[in-house]
Amino acid sequence: MIPDYFGRYGQFGGKYVPETLMAPLEELEKGLQEAIQDEQFSQELLFHLNEFSGRPTALTFAKNITEELNGAKIYLKREDLNHTGAHKINNAIAQALLAKRLGKKKIIAETGAGQHGVAAATVAAKFGLECKVFMGEEDIRRQELNVFRMKLLGAEVVPVDSGSKTLKDATNEAIRYWVQHCEDHFYMIGSVVGPHPYPYMVREFQKIISEEAKGQFLEREGKLPTKVVACVGGGSNAIGMFYHFLQDVVELIGVEAGGKGIHTDNHAATLAKGSKGVIHGSLTYLLQDEYGQITEPYSISAGLDYPGIGPEHAYLHDTNRVKYVNVTDMEALEALSFLSKKEGILPALESSHALAFAFKAAKNMKSNESILVCLSGRGDKDVQTIMNTMEEQGYVR
Amino acid sequence: MYGNRLPNHSKMFIPFIMAGDPTPQFTIDLALLLQEAGASVIELGVPYSDPLADGPIIQRSSQRALRGNMNLENAINLAGQMRKKGVKIPIILFTYFNPVLQLGYERFFALTDKNEVDGLLVPDLPFEESEIVRQRCQQNGLKYISLVAPTSNERIKLIANNAEGFLYCVSSLGVTGIRKELSPKVQQFLQDAMKESNIPVAVGFGISSAEQIKELLPHCNGIVIGSAIIELVEKQLSNISTNNDVALHFIQKQVQSMIAPIILER
Repeated sequence: MIPDYFGRYGQFGGKYVPETLMAPLEELEKGLQEAIQDEQFSQELLFHLNEFSGRPTALTFAKNITEELNGAKIYLKREDLNHTGAHKINNAIAQALLAKRLGKKKIIAETGAGQHGVAAATVAAKFGLECKVFMGEEDIRRQELNVFRMKLLGAEVVPVDSGSKTLKDATNEAIRYWVQHCEDHFYMIGSVVGPHPYPYMVREFQKIISEEAKGQFLEREGKLPTKVVACVGGGSNAIGMFYHFLQDVVELIGVEAGGKGIHTDNHAATLAKGSKGVIHGSLTYLLQDEYGQITEPYSISAGLDYPGIGPEHAYLHDTNRVKYVNVTDMEALEALSFLSKKEGILPALESSHALAFAFKAAKNMKSNESILVCLSGRGDKDVQTIMNTMEEQGYVR
Repeated sequence: MYGNRLPNHSKMFIPFIMAGDPTPQFTIDLALLLQEAGASVIELGVPYSDPLADGPIIQRSSQRALRGNMNLENAINLAGQMRKKGVKIPIILFTYFNPVLQLGYERFFALTDKNEVDGLLVPDLPFEESEIVRQRCQQNGLKYISLVAPTSNERIKLIANNAEGFLYCVSSLGVTGIRKELSPKVQQFLQDAMKESNIPVAVGFGISSAEQIKELLPHCNGIVIGSAIIELVEKQLSNISTNNDVALHFIQKQVQSMIAPIILER
């Protein structure tokens, strides 16, 4: 769906930002519309997606797991096979081209797990842009490898020590920096969050996931999948994965981070436990206390550790088009371990949430049914976290 | 109503203070001190967990107030307590939008009415998103204060035509904070705003010295000072808990010398 004049999906979305940012947002909105309608821009984008990132990504049938679970067939859309290891690069390449088109030579980005930061640093290097990445100190600690990658790529990583020192605070700081430098900086947001036109723009740049997946799946199976599953933090891989199935008779399921369980305070299950409010420029669901103070989310995966969610997801939730569920850290870890051992694919902790739900659901489905899962990223970046947690839990020696 | 209480002198001093930093009692003392020093209007800040438009000084102030369990409802009640202790000048509530949304308009306006709040300023609610709030403010006798920024350009006209109370000009790009140098474009920007506005024009963000005030005063009707005052509070935190009068005396002296050019112009 195309958001309305105010950038809203139903009541969600909008532009809740300081007045200073209204002009740069209008400039972006205009530039985006012109770019999207420009055939030359689309062709250049597709060229880089193919030549630089390695699209189209594969559709993999998880044969061993399907046999073991003895239920629905499981297919994986392999966004982990993208250059830099996640779907984030789709959006980063597109926004870098847009930044250049708008004459901006400096980009800023925020990152949680580091995947968007790495993608931003990568495209900055490729397209000759200056790049600053804002990252919470806590995330810098748990994603050491990605921080080093960004620096290798020539980006400056700006540590953020406010609040919980995670993605929420990195985003605040990136917006504050943008307010100050909006005349010559392009703010590259990594998910379908933020003020309009960001949620719309990022979705437009991620919908290629479902465009490819739907075609590949139809070719293999001759029909649509029964369920399509993706993990949801801000929700960019999920919206990309759902987009071309929204009009079809297909069950769509978004999986939030249940952390240590949604009966505890340690989770990032925004739709399960949140309420309506404003975060980072959008009206959406978010985790907050009764006075409207945004509360700290928790997830084992830094990429899902965000108290808000894209406004389009809030709309899809309220209109019941997409069902949102949650799985815990431990369920995600088990799924990660299962996929690694059975299929030889190490998924990101984020994607493991989607896998955990899919494996549970498959068991209770028929063999002529199928589940398509978005494997949004690879797990190399998470190995340290996985090792520490598994040792704590006594999984591996 | 604020409109009726608008000061008759054309040069306003508008201090920003944070409700509950470090205690509600100190906020009342500070408001009385600023009124005594010649404040025309008080901007009473409501602490917020994610203050997007604020720099580090006000962020820290927010955190201190939140640690003392300050919230929107308590802040509005604090305005009422200020009235009882003798604060007569208009009080404008400075709050991010989310706390208002969570409190709900009914409860919010019942409280502002009961506690004699005169106006509302929401830094993350640009013109396009503010229609409902502006209408509700009008129905409830509050002035909705609008901001214009150096990037507003042709938006200045639209915003100024719908503004009430005073038009708040953001001096430069960026968040609140103390800046050594003002943007060279600020005078032209203020003149543009003055031309479009039928109500007083005030300028804020980054202003912290008598020299800066002297420079800006001929081009506007009022000066907002936030971070510079909050920094004085921060410097006196240990005195506030042990020797409140010393802290207040220090702040008073500093504020008086900072705003001397405004008082002189009246």
